[in-house]
Parts: sequence; C-alpha cells; structure tokens
Amino acid sequence: MSEWSILAETVLLGALSGGVMALIALSFVLVYKGTGAVNFAVGEVMMLGAYLYYAGVVSFDLPPWLAFVGSLVVIMAVSALVERLVLRPLAGQSVVAMLMATIGLASIIHGGVEAVAGGDTYSPPGLLPRTPMTIGDILIPGAVLGNFAIAALLILGFLAFFRWSRAGVALRATASDPVTAATLGIHIHRAQQLTWALSGLVGTVAGVLIASSVGLSPLLAGTALAVLAAIVLGGLDSVAGAIVASLIVGIVEALAAGYLGGKTREVVPYIVVLVVLVVRPYGIFGTRAIERL
Amino acid sequence: MTPTPAAGLGLSVEGVDLRFGGIHALRGVSFQAGPGQITAVIGPNGAGKTSVFNTISGFYRPAAGRIRLGESDITTAPVHARAGMGLARSFQNIALFRGLSVLENIKLGGHHGMRTGLLSALAFTPRARAEELALREEVERRVIDFLEIDHLRHKPVDALSYGLQKRVELARALAMRPRVLMLDEPVAGMNREETEDMARFILDVQEEWGVTVLLVEHDMAMVMDISSHVVVLNFGEVIAAGTPAEVRRHPAVIEAYLGAEVHP
Amino acid sequence: MRTAVFHQSFRDDERLLDSRTQRAWMAAFLAALFTMPFWGSDYLLAMACIVGIHLVATLGLNVTTGSAGLISLAHAAFMGVGCYTVAWLARHGWPFWLTLPTAGALAALLGVVVGLPSLRVKGLYLAIATLAGHFVLSFVFREWDSVTGGVPGTTIPRASLFGFELRGDRRNFFLIFGCVVLLALAARNLARTHHGRAFVAVRDRDFSAEILGVNLLRTKLAAFAVGAFYAGVAGGLLGYFYGSITPEYFALTLAVFYLAAIIVGGLGSVLGSVLGAVFMTFVPEALRLLAHAGSQWLPGLAGLLLPMGQVVFGLLIIGFLIFEPHGLAAVWARVRRTFHLWPFKT
Repeated sequence: MSEWSILAETVLLGALSGGVMALIALSFVLVYKGTGAVNFAVGEVMMLGAYLYYAGVVSFDLPPWLAFVGSLVVIMAVSALVERLVLRPLAGQSVVAMLMATIGLASIIHGGVEAVAGGDTYSPPGLLPRTPMTIGDILIPGAVLGNFAIAALLILGFLAFFRWSRAGVALRATASDPVTAATLGIHIHRAQQLTWALSGLVGTVAGVLIASSVGLSPLLAGTALAVLAAIVLGGLDSVAGAIVASLIVGIVEALAAGYLGGKTREVVPYIVVLVVLVVRPYGIFGTRAIERL
Repeated sequence: MTPTPAAGLGLSVEGVDLRFGGIHALRGVSFQAGPGQITAVIGPNGAGKTSVFNTISGFYRPAAGRIRLGESDITTAPVHARAGMGLARSFQNIALFRGLSVLENIKLGGHHGMRTGLLSALAFTPRARAEELALREEVERRVIDFLEIDHLRHKPVDALSYGLQKRVELARALAMRPRVLMLDEPVAGMNREETEDMARFILDVQEEWGVTVLLVEHDMAMVMDISSHVVVLNFGEVIAAGTPAEVRRHPAVIEAYLGAEVHP
Repeated sequence: MRTAVFHQSFRDDERLLDSRTQRAWMAAFLAALFTMPFWGSDYLLAMACIVGIHLVATLGLNVTTGSAGLISLAHAAFMGVGCYTVAWLARHGWPFWLTLPTAGALAALLGVVVGLPSLRVKGLYLAIATLAGHFVLSFVFREWDSVTGGVPGTTIPRASLFGFELRGDRRNFFLIFGCVVLLALAARNLARTHHGRAFVAVRDRDFSAEILGVNLLRTKLAAFAVGAFYAGVAGGLLGYFYGSITPEYFALTLAVFYLAAIIVGGLGSVLGSVLGAVFMTFVPEALRLLAHAGSQWLPGLAGLLLPMGQVVFGLLIIGFLIFEPHGLAAVWARVRRTFHLWPFKT
C-alpha cells in the first residue's frame, strides 16, 4: 500500500470513529444547551447503557435489537430520574456545584457498574452486518462503517427534530429562555427531563455501537473523556461544532495511533485540549460569552 | 498610611464610541467630571449609562475616543490597574463577596496597596502582620466609623438588608482611597430615609475628602439636590449637559423623558 | 458558659485564637496529637498517618477549589508528581527537608502550567483543562520508566534525619504531622491576608475583584500553585510512608476523593479541610469493616470494596451538595452556636 493510501485510510477510519464520538458529544451538548447543566457523567451513562444491552442479551436471552431498545428505554428513564432527583434540587447553585454533582454521579454509576459486573471485558453482539467495504486500496471494516451510518442518521434525525418538530422547538425555547417559555405554556420541567432523556438515548446508542466494536468494559466511560476534547474544540453550546470537532479529534487520534504508536492515542486528545484552550478558549464555533455587568 | 486622602482628580471622557457587534451602544460621548465635584449621569433606561461606567472601568474597550484620569490617558489600562490609579466604583446590583464578612469585604478595598508577597503571607511574617494591622486600623478609622457600620463588621454580608449592603459596598469603594468615585445607582431600591442617609454620606465624602464623584442615578430629586453638574444620555449620545437647573429646563431632556409635545 | 469575647484592640481582634479558652483547647489538642505515638494503638497510629497525608492534600485543594473556586481534577496527578520527585531525589541521597519542599515546588510549577488556561476560561473549561492535565501527567507516570519506574512503580527510601531513619509509623507520624501543623497554619494565615481574600473575591465576583485591583490571572495561578504545592508535599509524605508506589494510585478516583473531602468538610476553610479529610479517610475504613462483616453472608464482598467506595464518594458529594452545601464545618458551627449559651437558648 502506498504512503498516501495508508494516510487516507487512517484519516478515513479516524473520521468514521469520530462520527460515533459525535454522538457522545451530542449527548453532552444536548444537556448543556437544553438545561445549562454540565454533564460530566456522559461517559458513565453511555457505559451503563451498553452494559444493560449486554445484560439483556446474555442474562435475559433477548434478541439483540430488543435488548437494544430495552436499554434505551431504561436509560431514558434513568436520565429523567437523575434530572428530577439530582439536578433540580441544585438548580439555584453555582456552576461549580452542578459540575461536582455530575462528577459525583459519574462516580456512583461507575462504581455501581463495576461492583455488579466486574472489571472484565465482554464482547456484546453487534447490531449490524460485519461485511467490510473496500475503496481502492483502503479497507473499511463493516462495523466501523455501520456505526458511522447509524451515528450520522441519528444526528441528522436530531437536527431535524430540533428544527421542525413541536417538541424540538419547545426544547430549544426552554433552553434559551426558560421563564418566557414557561409563560408560553411550555412545561419547562418536562422539557428539561426530556432533554436529559434524549441525551441518555444518544449516549446509549454510542455506547452500544462502540462496545460492539471494541468490547465492553468499565474503560468505556473513559473514551467519553476524550470526547470532552471535541467539546472544547467545538464550543460548549454548538451542535455543529461538536460534530465537526469530533471528526477532527477522531482523525487526530487515528493519526497519532498510526504514526506515533498506539499508546499515544490516549494522550493526544488531551494535549489538543490544552493547546486549544490557550489559543481559542471558546472553541471553533462556541459563542463568546459577553457577560452583562 | 496617612488618614488624609489625596484630593480628587478630574475624569474626562472624550469622544467615546462603543459597539457590540451590530449595536452602537455609545456614540461620541464626551463629558467632564470636575475634580472634587459631584457629577451625575442621567437618562432613560438603555441610554448607555452603565456602558459608560463599564468603559471607564475598563471592561469595554471603546472603538474610538479617550478616557483621562487627571492628566493620564487610561483608555487602554487593564481593569485591575485602574484601582491603583485612584478609580473606584460601586455596582448597580450589589457586587459584594458573599463568602466574606463585612470587614473582609471592606479590607479588599485596600488590596491594591498591599505589598506582602505570597510566601510572606503563608508564613505570616511580622511584616505581613504589620501590614494587615495597619490596613485594619485605616479601614476602621476612615471608613467604618465614617459610615457608621462598626456593629456589622463581622457579619456575613448576605445577612444584611439591602440598604446596608449598599452601604458596605460604598465603604469598600471608599477603602480604596479613591481620587474618583463612580457610583452606579447608589440609592436604587431604597426608601426615603435610606436615600437621605446615602445622599448625606456621598456629600460628606465629597466635602471632607475632596473626592470626585461620578453618579448614575434615576432618583431625580436626589440627583438635582446633590450634583453640581449633570450629563444627560439618550440612545448612547449626550443630549444635554450643565447645572441641574439648566438641564431640567432643556427641551431635549424633557422630550427624552416625557415625549415630544404634540402640536395640533 | 461563655457569653461573648470582648476585645479591646484591633490587634486582639485579628488574632487566630481569640480567647483564653480557645488557646487552652488548642494547646491541649496539640499535646494530645503529638503524644499519640505513645498512647495510641498501632491501628490508630497508621490511620492517623493516612489522615495526615490526606489532610495536607485536602488543605491544598481547599485553597484552589474551595477558596478560589477553580475546579481542579489534576490534584491526584500533582500528588503523583510530588511522590515521584521525592522518590527520585531520595534515591540520590537528598534529605527529607529538601526533598519535600522541592517536590512541592515542582508540583506548584506544574500547577501554574495547568492553570494557564484560566487566563481565558473558567468553570467547565477550566475543569476540562485540569482533566487534560491529569491524563497527560498520568501518561508520563506510566511511560517515563527511567524516572518513575513505569507501570510497575518504584520504591522510596525511608526519610532520614542525620542518619536517624524514619522507619515505622511512629517516626513517620511526627514527620507527617509536623508538616500538617505547619501547612495548616500557613493556609490559615493565607486566609487572613489580602491573598486569601482575593481568592474568595475571584470565586464570588471576579469582575468586582478586578475593579478592586485584583489581578485575576496572577491570583488564579497563585491559587493553583499553592494547591499543587500542598499536593506535591502530600505525595512526598505518601511515598515516605508507604515506601513504594505505582502510577495506579494517582488515578482520577483520587482526585474525586479529595473533591468529596472538601465538599463534605466545607469549602474554603481549614476546619472544613480537617473535618473532610478525617471523615473521608474513615469512609473506606468503614466500608472495609462492613465488607469484612458482610463477607460471612456474601463471600466476595471484599472484591467490591473499590467500586463500592466510588459509589459512596459520589453519594456523599451529591448528598452534601443538596442537603449540607456548606459541609460539616457549617454543622459544627451550628452545634457550637447551640451550645454557646447552653443551658439558655438564645
């Protein structure tokens, strides 16, 4: 294979995995845009969803697609519950408090999953066919392509939902001005719970997709932290930014793994984060906060 | 640290232009606050009064124009450097530090003059102790006594009433040993009695210490009572300036507040 | 029954321990503390040493995050820096009174680097920056074999004072608590100078602090530096105490542990740090005892210790944030106020 082919393959595979990361980033940005809360537990929720899927298949002998739907439903319910029990009581407090609450939440979920399921790696069944695709010299594993396709569909679906559906517009209204939204008859608490539920949904899809490709273990939650790099690049409150940035991070990670060695894959996103924060603190697309004094 | 404050400096705003994206917040705003005098900036809501203050404080960089403190051009000086130059300010919505007591809040007014380094502070060397004690004595004698809040000094600030919080904020501004004192709506939300108390304190500050006072206020009676010079803003422009009596009669001012006369 | 404390000069009002009763209690406490190696059981002594190490780290985080409001997830990594620095220097023959300050200083330097993004950003962005810092440093711990020993870890020679080796809990106790007392005093001192006040000002209303002349960047960097210094020293003490360490110890969980400690104890105060550190140290202990007792019915319960610990930390953080946001220090203050005028009510 020529140099260019290797590079192209690396970039393409990176972009495809970035597409799935975009789901995780979307999960985060949804909650941030929708409720102003910062959800450090995104990775853990994603992991929980994947474990539930696996439990459904292995312990309850459900067919994969049913287990998948089941895990989605459970996670959505759990997310809504978290909003009610943890976030709403803390509504008045500072950003710091909210942040720490979600860190605490992440800790609870992580510990809980590890306590119940242990630290071993499992192989959940995939939802998609594994036939690979070849473009010229480049080989793309079927799972990677399938994951990307699902992620892309879901993201487009969300963009459409927010643009055109009544519920989506209501969520956007609640996000930008809860008080006015409430006076217009929108149930803001329900809207916020729905936002969290949708965030959980997206996270679970990402979790199941990733777990089917690389395996299920508590380390899954850690991949979300790398997605934070994407969020920083993309700006905290921009959906488009999160998607673009996820693709970029996916590509950068793949390049690093390919050319600098597999171990650097973990660190590179964080170095990128540090650099970006110093150079362009609000990210590529994020809105510059103009504080009213 | 001497108990006698330095005399007030003049503050001069010259041709200041301020934009936020598409919004032209201030257009060619110019006025003077004479040294040792009380100048008021008035105008309807949204006229740009707080924007003027924020530009003088240094939070906003004007697209054009200059701000002069005495002889020095401070237009590009960083916000935190202006304290040392003698510029103090209170905020419209109280900006006290809720994690600190009244005394600690006021002591922060003296921050710009403190020289003890971090390591000395950690070790609390005799020099650090001396500086702290001197600050305490100065703050007590000059400010706490002056504003009659000695019984509140160890209370947490969020335990105080609104009127008292405003007074503590004034105290903190005074502890900065300012040459120019900017007060953003000092009597907003106060009743008659509290307003009179605050007006008396402001007059005392100007008379006893010779500090230049620049005031944004909606309470017309108070403004006309204590200021010697009034500047009127509307839609980001100065529409009138002069003594209270002159401004009160100015047609543009009347129109801005009450609307134009309708001629049949 | 004490009614009130009346001071007759500002000097008296400014003192740390402002009444004879307080001074007496403090003296008694210090006496009890420093004689503990002679009257305490081995178990108590070992626990006390661990509490002391945690306390130093907690004091530091309470400056960075508690007082200055800068969320730092890199605290465990700074401890690691301190530990490995002490390990390396001690192996080259440096005495503890040089290794510990150097470890702290190096950690402080890294704290400044990690805190640089606070030049432009705050809140979540800053937390992410510290998280990134944590992962980069963890990577270094695992990969820089020559200095850190890589994944298998490294050993730390015992601290020694003029050839008198500090082996065993008893001697380490004095080293640890000597540092604790000095550093706790330093933290308290910080709070009563303009530096400490500036930290809280930056946390509460940073634009107002700027107007007062506080240089935001320098103050934030100072908060990071001080916090990281303490973490570095704590890491060094940890190394001397355990004698060997692996990079696994300085995981993100540890950073969350210290965050829990400052929330549970009370943000921004030395008393909060003390209460939080003591409480949090005994939580894993209590869990261990529970697991031990429960393993009669549920074998294998012991394996759940670590993850159950994580669950409990998270619950503590959330629980205290919702119900007692000012931590145990506030509870303590309430209790004191109730007994202040006992048996009268007000």
